[in-house]
Amino acid sequence: MTDTPKVHDMGGHPNASPIDHSEHTLMDWERRIDSIRGVLGDKGYITVDELRRAIEGLPPERYQSLGYYQRWAEAVEALLIEKGLLTAAELDATMTRLESAAGGAR
Amino acid sequence: MSENHDHANNPDHHHDHGDHTHPGMDTEELGWHARRVQAMETLLAEKGLLTVAEVQRNVDAVESRSPADGARVVARAWSDPQFKARLLAEPEAALAGMGYQLPDPTPKLDVVENTAAVHHLVVCTLCSCYPRALLGRPPDWYKSFAYRSRAVSDPRGVLQEFGTEIPADAEVVVLDSTADLRYLVLPQRPAGAEGLSEDELAALVTRDSMIGVSQPLTPELVAADD
Repeated sequence: MTDTPKVHDMGGHPNASPIDHSEHTLMDWERRIDSIRGVLGDKGYITVDELRRAIEGLPPERYQSLGYYQRWAEAVEALLIEKGLLTAAELDATMTRLESAAGGAR
Repeated sequence: MSENHDHANNPDHHHDHGDHTHPGMDTEELGWHARRVQAMETLLAEKGLLTVAEVQRNVDAVESRSPADGARVVARAWSDPQFKARLLAEPEAALAGMGYQLPDPTPKLDVVENTAAVHHLVVCTLCSCYPRALLGRPPDWYKSFAYRSRAVSDPRGVLQEFGTEIPADAEVVVLDSTADLRYLVLPQRPAGAEGLSEDELAALVTRDSMIGVSQPLTPELVAADD
């Protein structure tokens, strides 16, 4: 294997940064996407390996710029679309509907 | 890797869903993902693929696990040699006896013992695999690029950043977790802990000591804090 390691394959990547020990409090949506994946997994719709494949398939620059659960959210969406369980257009429409129901904020 | 699934070269994938593009990572983006996930849950529920109650139950189950669970297990192992032997040999059976049901069939759990001669350090270089069933969610640093990279290239340097000095004549073993196999470190029982109750022992067991980045607290340290 002489290929450049994939972006997710971090072991031994050059990295001089100190470990940042600060913790952030999880936001509600981060808990939700974690558990949406968990429930979809329990029901046999999305396996952990599929989630990993989808996360690892994100474009490298996107992988590096997104936060942890942002990567999950995009990977779960990609898998649901790939499996034909929903479409991006349906998600867009649901987002718009929820936003107008919430009073048109944004 | 094959070319069949190369998202980076597929301009139709992800970045552009037609009428919108994903913004960069800033506060705007945080809001976008929050709204996207909310829409996803709503849509999945409308399609009957899951219920909001099921998601909530899963959230509650995840939240119910914390390092206190792992600490109970370590304290039991410190005080009961038979349990310890069983925990190392058959973690699933030993843990089931304490009421902890590990995920079935995977991920499997391996319990590794730190001694004066060998110190284990756990990482997941590929992502964030972690013994959630016993420790809850991993800390942010465990998921950081710096920890994932450096735990394998410079483990002693990483340990020092956690204030942990491993004697030069002791071996440092780095364990790389996977989606199918997780590790729990059984830390060395600190000196002076003889005769403590399991609850008192559990108070010495930190999350970080079960990941292997630090040693457990000492009875003196805990007494000084009280």
